[in-house]
Amino acid sequence: MQRIGDARWVRYSLISAAVAFSALFLLLPLVAIFAQAFASGWSTFIANVTEHYTLAAIGLTVLVTILTIPVNLAFGVALAWLVTRFAFPGRRLLQTLIDIPFAISPVVAGLVYLMLYGRNGWIGGWLDSHDIQLMFAWPGILMVTIFVTSPFVARELIPLMQAQGSREEEAAVTLGAKGFTLFRRVTLPNIRWALLYGVILTNARAVGEFGAVSVVSGAIRGETNTLPLHVQLLYQDYNTVGAFASAALLALIALFTLAAKALLEWRVSRQEVAA
Amino acid sequence: MSIRLENIQKHFGRSQALTPTNLHIDNGELIGLLGPSGSGKTTLLRIIAGLESPDAEVGPRILFGERDVTRVHVRDRRIGFVFQHYALFRHMSVFDNVAFGLTVLPRRSRPSSGEIRAQVYRLLEMVQLEHLAARYPAQLSGGQQQRVSLARALALKPEVLLLDEPFGALDAKVRQDLRRWLRHLHDELGFTSVFVTHDQEEALELSDRVVVMSNGRIEQVDTPDQLYRNPANRFVFEFLGDVNHMEGEVREGVLTCGDAKLHVELPEGHQEILLRPHEVTLSTSADEIAHLPAIVTSVVPVGAEIRVELTAEWMDQPWLATVRHQEASTLGLSRGKKVYARPLSWHHYPQGTSAAAQGAAQPA
Repeated sequence: MQRIGDARWVRYSLISAAVAFSALFLLLPLVAIFAQAFASGWSTFIANVTEHYTLAAIGLTVLVTILTIPVNLAFGVALAWLVTRFAFPGRRLLQTLIDIPFAISPVVAGLVYLMLYGRNGWIGGWLDSHDIQLMFAWPGILMVTIFVTSPFVARELIPLMQAQGSREEEAAVTLGAKGFTLFRRVTLPNIRWALLYGVILTNARAVGEFGAVSVVSGAIRGETNTLPLHVQLLYQDYNTVGAFASAALLALIALFTLAAKALLEWRVSRQEVAA
Repeated sequence: MSIRLENIQKHFGRSQALTPTNLHIDNGELIGLLGPSGSGKTTLLRIIAGLESPDAEVGPRILFGERDVTRVHVRDRRIGFVFQHYALFRHMSVFDNVAFGLTVLPRRSRPSSGEIRAQVYRLLEMVQLEHLAARYPAQLSGGQQQRVSLARALALKPEVLLLDEPFGALDAKVRQDLRRWLRHLHDELGFTSVFVTHDQEEALELSDRVVVMSNGRIEQVDTPDQLYRNPANRFVFEFLGDVNHMEGEVREGVLTCGDAKLHVELPEGHQEILLRPHEVTLSTSADEIAHLPAIVTSVVPVGAEIRVELTAEWMDQPWLATVRHQEASTLGLSRGKKVYARPLSWHHYPQGTSAAAQGAAQPA
């Protein structure tokens, strides 16, 4: 018996359309990046990647990412806890506000931060008189990166924590558990996979963020240049191979992220089957 | 430990979940909070536990024995709480679930791990689950999960055990077993228990006293026997079992409704009487007290009795009558047969009051 829409020609035309589309729009660009990066051979690639300014850009990107993750982890867990475990006026509004960084264009985010914290900005003027410079320095890059990635952890946790409810936590409290013990022994084990997933997404975005960072960075080579900005600078310098070498690094990080995400999803689904 | 509740009221936003309520529970009692959903029974239980706080403005007081726990946090009230869907820690084994309360004790009062182990196994033995100690909650049946959750609640030897719909999600047979077992446990360990249920049979079977609630109010507190015999008002009467209605005009001591007539001693005017299925007998002819013609629409044997459903033009809803097997065969009951109902006794609740009147249809 044949199901509706299961005719041979339907199946094959859909499959070939999907394959052609993925190859053309997803796989081919990825291949092109690596092809370009290694166009002049392995040693040129290594030379490009270990070039002084590239190393500085990698260092800054890693620093910003490493600082962003714990901040957003703490913020995301606290926010998800607040929104799913307490009822208070404005809770709905807060849940909507969480999504602002998703909805807004990163460039706009960068501009807003510049307006607030720049030398002529509302808060920036005061900071400047105290000799604190945030914009066009790494703290500014960190701030916009945190802004752009702030919803990831909370977004992953909220639906899960809503679905799980607070019964287990209530049970733990009736048995005498207090604040941190409660979190460590009851809440955390229940959300750990979603938490890790949120961290992976945060990591991917923090590494790759371009728009917001480009506004507040000033792109000073060796000082405020992140890896994505570095790619653009090199390309503008007509150093195509160098640009693609850095781009290949970014692509590699992205591939690792995808692999980690797939592994995690596989683990979680296996766990659900076992449960 | 006795429990005394004074002026307990609760609002959720603008809706009132509980009107000011007082209740006294004796030491060692097993109390059932019975009511339909939305009656405030779970809210009351959660307030006793401390999972919900009563409205402060009416001056609430909650006393466990002589100890005022109104402002005491849940974790310091020393109660055992069994949740509706067990709320077992899904990532912990049965052993770790039961051990949880002991392992989170402050270090100075925490038993050694050997003692905890011994104590957990004693509890698991009590609930007959020691062979499943290494399993995870998802690998257990509903009844087993419920027993784990009881063992977990009892680990800290609470003097008050609170249970929220403890058997709600279980099938009939398991339910029956667990009920008996809980009663046994209660009598053996001597704690004070309060459980919430919407199942009147469960409340009547298990409780020393039943608290019937509706719309955030306590309607009646009584022993199961008293409750069934002397319901305080129409709500309690209707909630505790199947009810047949007859509504019509009373003139010169006769309640008339369509072609149905019944001699009653009630004031003139519009009146309604209520009666239980076992208060109805059937016969093939009317008499001078009752002329209540009806057609049999179903005859279902239920255990020792036969449940007969009757319809007639004058009824709003079909009546139920329970008769004995022998009676049924004498009358030759079958679907479509015309019979006459005769009330053995009936109940009357004047509208707007909670006073009850009861009548007996004595032969003239």
